Amino acid sequence: MIALIPHSWLNAFAIPPWIWNPLSISLRAALEATVVVTVAGVALGYLLAKGRFPGRGAIETVFSLPMALPPTVVGYYLLTRLGGPGPIRDAEVHLFGHPLTFTFAGIVVAQIVESFPYCMRFSRAAIAGVDPRFEQAARAMGLSRWRIALFVTLPLARRGVIAGIAMAFGRAMGDFGATMIISGSAPMATTMPIALYNAVFYGSHEQAMVLALVQVGVALTILLGVGRLGRVRPW
Amino acid sequence: MTSALDVAVARHIGDFDLDVAFTVDKGISVLFGPSGAGKTLTLSLIAGLLRPDVGTIAINGAIVTDCARRLYVSTQRRRVGMVFQDGLLLPHRSVLDNVALAVRQVGGRRARRDVARTWLERVGAEELAQRRPVSLSGGQRQRVALARGLAGEPALVLLDEPLSALDTKVRRELRTLIREVIISSGVPAVLVTHDAEEADELGDVVIDYDDGRVTGQHAVARPSYPEPPLENPAGTEPS
Repeated sequence: MIALIPHSWLNAFAIPPWIWNPLSISLRAALEATVVVTVAGVALGYLLAKGRFPGRGAIETVFSLPMALPPTVVGYYLLTRLGGPGPIRDAEVHLFGHPLTFTFAGIVVAQIVESFPYCMRFSRAAIAGVDPRFEQAARAMGLSRWRIALFVTLPLARRGVIAGIAMAFGRAMGDFGATMIISGSAPMATTMPIALYNAVFYGSHEQAMVLALVQVGVALTILLGVGRLGRVRPW
Repeated sequence: MTSALDVAVARHIGDFDLDVAFTVDKGISVLFGPSGAGKTLTLSLIAGLLRPDVGTIAINGAIVTDCARRLYVSTQRRRVGMVFQDGLLLPHRSVLDNVALAVRQVGGRRARRDVARTWLERVGAEELAQRRPVSLSGGQRQRVALARGLAGEPALVLLDEPLSALDTKVRRELRTLIREVIISSGVPAVLVTHDAEEADELGDVVIDYDDGRVTGQHAVARPSYPEPPLENPAGTEPS
């Protein structure tokens, strides 16, 4: 959607391409990653909070690993798994016609991996923190498990879940290491943190300052938005 | 004649042993005893929120728990209404939507809300319909909780110390209301309390509990019951 905004609008707002191009790539990639992470992260967080099955701890640890690893390590594994010879690369070529490395889709994959643990862990904690008596009351009202999740548990856990989604979006927007390795700083895959790195590397300090300020603005907007969303009446 | 509720269960939790058997018919049956006697645990077993170690529970003659046959009907399918000590109204929904969520005999949001509105009128809380639970007093909350407990046309309603968090004046008012509404609805009720005055004022039968056992049972002298209303409050057919 962001990529479809006519360039004439950019001219009207006098946003130069060296800001808009990386900003639009960052926003689009982070939004796409956040959609995937929200669906999968909240679902897994719910399962981990409510499920009683063996291996829960192991699953949570494995999916949390990107939080503890340096992003370059995550990027390295993605580069070698997605780009190196093997069944995963063959599947990418079969599905997309080319490997995902050094492409926009590769960035989205890297940001999904990097931001997933934040959404999952925040959601799990928020859902586990819901007073189980509300769910017991809902069971006594005859509500099915799905309706209890939708009408009782998730609305009561919404502040934590929204915070987790926002953290995931922020993490995706701010990822540098994994994105840099998987994209190779290709022009169509240059995000804001990479553009800032390039500006510093090539001595464009004024551009670096503006790019940094824009990212501060985005981060502030996210935090303010989360604060407001947490107060919104749920469904 | 089939009893509204037959309970014969045992459950061991930590150092506590519950081993009780009793039968409930129409009207209000009170489980009376000190805190820690196993009254609330019994309600949880009846509602299916917990499972007994051994025993059976039947509601209106239908077995809902039979440990020997490993039969455990889910809470959702037992058709019990519950009223909790602190109401447990969902804070993110309006009073009307809280009650409407419990309505299961009709489909469609508008029809459910109509039923919910009728029940709010019956408990004298119709003017609270659009309010949020957080803005209600304790007495108002329990009126709404009572409406929610009955709105789904349950086969049995369970009330877990519904008045214990309220001051004396409000408790007196609500005792009268609870008794009137439950008796006129025709739904058998099991109410838990540790207050002797409350037990005698609300109950038709008082079942004494102590240390996980039933130690006695007596009927409270009452005038004969009024007949339940010919039509249910929503004017809908029971499912």
